[in-house]
Amino acid sequence: MKKEGFFNIVGGDFSRSGEASTQLKQILHSMGINNDTIRRASISTFEAEMNVIIYTPAGMLKYEIDDDIIKIIVQDMGPGIEDIDLAMKEGYSTAPDWVREMGWGAGMGLPNMKKNSDEFKIDSVPGEGTTVEMIIYPKKGRE
Amino acid sequence: MKISEVISKLQLTAYTRMPGGEELINNVYVSDLLSDVMANAHEKGIWITLQTHINVVAVAAMKNIPAVIIVNGRKPDDDTLKKATDEGVAILGTDMHAFEAAGILYNMLNG
Repeated sequence: MKKEGFFNIVGGDFSRSGEASTQLKQILHSMGINNDTIRRASISTFEAEMNVIIYTPAGMLKYEIDDDIIKIIVQDMGPGIEDIDLAMKEGYSTAPDWVREMGWGAGMGLPNMKKNSDEFKIDSVPGEGTTVEMIIYPKKGRE
Repeated sequence: MKISEVISKLQLTAYTRMPGGEELINNVYVSDLLSDVMANAHEKGIWITLQTHINVVAVAAMKNIPAVIIVNGRKPDDDTLKKATDEGVAILGTDMHAFEAAGILYNMLNG
């Protein structure tokens, strides 16, 4: 049983926040993946999706799901991250005030993604874009 | 406690219909930071916040949170209510501050 696919994410469109991650969540449910794994995958993808919406013009969320591995790649079209170590620090954010007023941009996104993944890789080229790769190994059983 | 009991005890305004009014709630989380809710809120609990925009519903749905209480007399945005209805998330409101609302719920759960 293997499934793969992708969702496009439009930057700046807050009305569609969480759409890609919600659809991925439904796919994981339909495949009988256990709840804790779905929870971790949902948090990771929602945060990645929000970063595309908040900071970039557009991006794509690609997934490959198999019985023993969930791989999620989120790729965007820029602007890229100058200092990845700094961006990974909990509480550090470059979000504008209006995004913070919405309750986003608290500097928790990337740390949340890393925490909820078994493997987390981030590559970024300033001026070009960022790619995040997250791997989650599903636990056995339903819970 | 049931959501319907919470509504009557706190005299909440129900902005959406309550399909899950009889659902049992064992947890409450108070936060206005959406990433914090995603990371730390309990599934199937009540979420207290002053945020009113549409992303509240997406986060609640992702966390299987059946009901959100918006405090300080703030009114939810129209698109928030529309999405909440689609997703089956109850949006409730009160003039109380988060501390007061949380205090009453704390006593209901632990009293």
